[in-house]
Amino acid sequence: MIAERRQIITPARQMMAFVFRDFSLTKRYFGWVVVFTFYAMVNSATIALIGVAAKDEQLTLTLIVGVLLWSFLSVLFNEIASSVAYERWEGTLEYTFMAPVSRLIHLFGVSLFAAIYSIIRLAIVISALAVFIKLDLSRANLFGILVVLLVSSFAFIGLGLMAAVLPVFSPERGAEATNIFQGCLLLVSGVYYPLDVLPSWLQPFAKLSPATYSLSACRKLMGIGLGQGPLVGAPISAVASELLTLTLMGVVMVPVGLWVFGHVERWAKKTGKLKRTG
Amino acid sequence: MKKVFRKRKRQGAFKYGVNEQWAVKDVSFEVAQGETYGLLGPNGSGKSTLIRILSTLLIPDHGEVRLMGHKLPDEERTVRWKIGRVSVDAAFYKRLSARENLLYSAYLYGLEPKRAEKRAFDILERLGIESRRFSDPLEEMSRGMQQKVSIARALMINPPMLLLDEPTTGLDPKSRRDVQRFLEELRAEEGTTILLTTHDMNEAEHLCARIGFLAHGRLIAEGTAEELRQQAQSVTLEDAFIKMTGESLTDGAEGGKE
Repeated sequence: MIAERRQIITPARQMMAFVFRDFSLTKRYFGWVVVFTFYAMVNSATIALIGVAAKDEQLTLTLIVGVLLWSFLSVLFNEIASSVAYERWEGTLEYTFMAPVSRLIHLFGVSLFAAIYSIIRLAIVISALAVFIKLDLSRANLFGILVVLLVSSFAFIGLGLMAAVLPVFSPERGAEATNIFQGCLLLVSGVYYPLDVLPSWLQPFAKLSPATYSLSACRKLMGIGLGQGPLVGAPISAVASELLTLTLMGVVMVPVGLWVFGHVERWAKKTGKLKRTG
Repeated sequence: MKKVFRKRKRQGAFKYGVNEQWAVKDVSFEVAQGETYGLLGPNGSGKSTLIRILSTLLIPDHGEVRLMGHKLPDEERTVRWKIGRVSVDAAFYKRLSARENLLYSAYLYGLEPKRAEKRAFDILERLGIESRRFSDPLEEMSRGMQQKVSIARALMINPPMLLLDEPTTGLDPKSRRDVQRFLEELRAEEGTTILLTTHDMNEAEHLCARIGFLAHGRLIAEGTAEELRQQAQSVTLEDAFIKMTGESLTDGAEGGKE
């Protein structure tokens, strides 16, 4: 009984370690958190106001869905992808890696805090948007949107896990590559525009980005692009294909992300790359 | 004597990739349970590489490493529960307080936070850190204090084996004495096995039951301080080291490369 309890409590505490650490760091760097959140609020408002200026409700909502979803998913991805980079800069990577924590628990702990942080930031940005733009979400399928966000999160966690190992190869170049990758996702996922405006050679890449399916599903659930009448959110069955694709992406990307992470960790231990540099 | 740590000859080896230079080669020694064993060598001699191998942070190209009967890297998860490490650079989240850093470690090892915190604070008080400093960010603490927090972190989990990589380098004389006295008490009270790397002859002689001379990644000689002096027919341990290794403790291939 005690052994069974320990088998549950120990991993739970270990996962809590990363939530506690990231929460403590967020408190210490609170000034920067305020700055980044303020920028996200202003950025969201300025983008949404383009639609208001055009007096086009569909365009406004298209932009709002894009900016909010990207705000959530990019922060989630970035928090996970940067976790190893932060540890290298702080010089704590070796201590974390020599602790008796499975990589699954470690990375899910990091992802758990990232998800909580992203949700809180998203709520703040939505509240700020309401100050600038009159948002009527009464006919949107909000439950459906929450389901899409949840399912999308797993695919982005998988991507984040794969990107997180890049700083193991090179602390600086790894962080740079992560940002380039994030920029490419932003470009090809149709965050602010329909995919058919992309050059034809870029359009196939959109199919590889989970954000493409998240955005498509959320826009349907908001009622965007479903006709000329008043906006009414589609039922969740209307986005079944997007949900299925996102689920498959999550099912594949999370294990692949963990596998890649494990292999790079072993390679780093064989070549001495875990050691602090800079 | 029960052997808790063993590294076999001609097999323990780790090579850095870029210049293909052996960092550690042909190193073989055993440490008994409850023993304090010192590895003495200049910068670049392979001390830190050895500690990293034992800490499961490096996988050697060849060789057999066993800690408390567990083979590395195959049983690294088991070994990690049983070792505490203090490195020359006290690696912490510098913006976080000593308390926050220690609590993070407690959670990592699945410890009950309140009990772990109490143990860590007891250790810190024995090392001479006042409790009112526990909530100060690490970046506001001196290097000596940071190193003491690092020792508290390693001991908080009550490990049967402690890997200390130059734990007193850069400390002021008082902090150095505090740490050395604490290590002596720890071995006497808890029977903790300690592997200590240092380039301080006095520290090695004072704390270690046996000492190994490490130079250019090879274990040149080992024994008690007295045995080493006799082997080299020298009056001091430092003379013995210079005679047997052909270099002084201030030499080194690349300072800080380890």
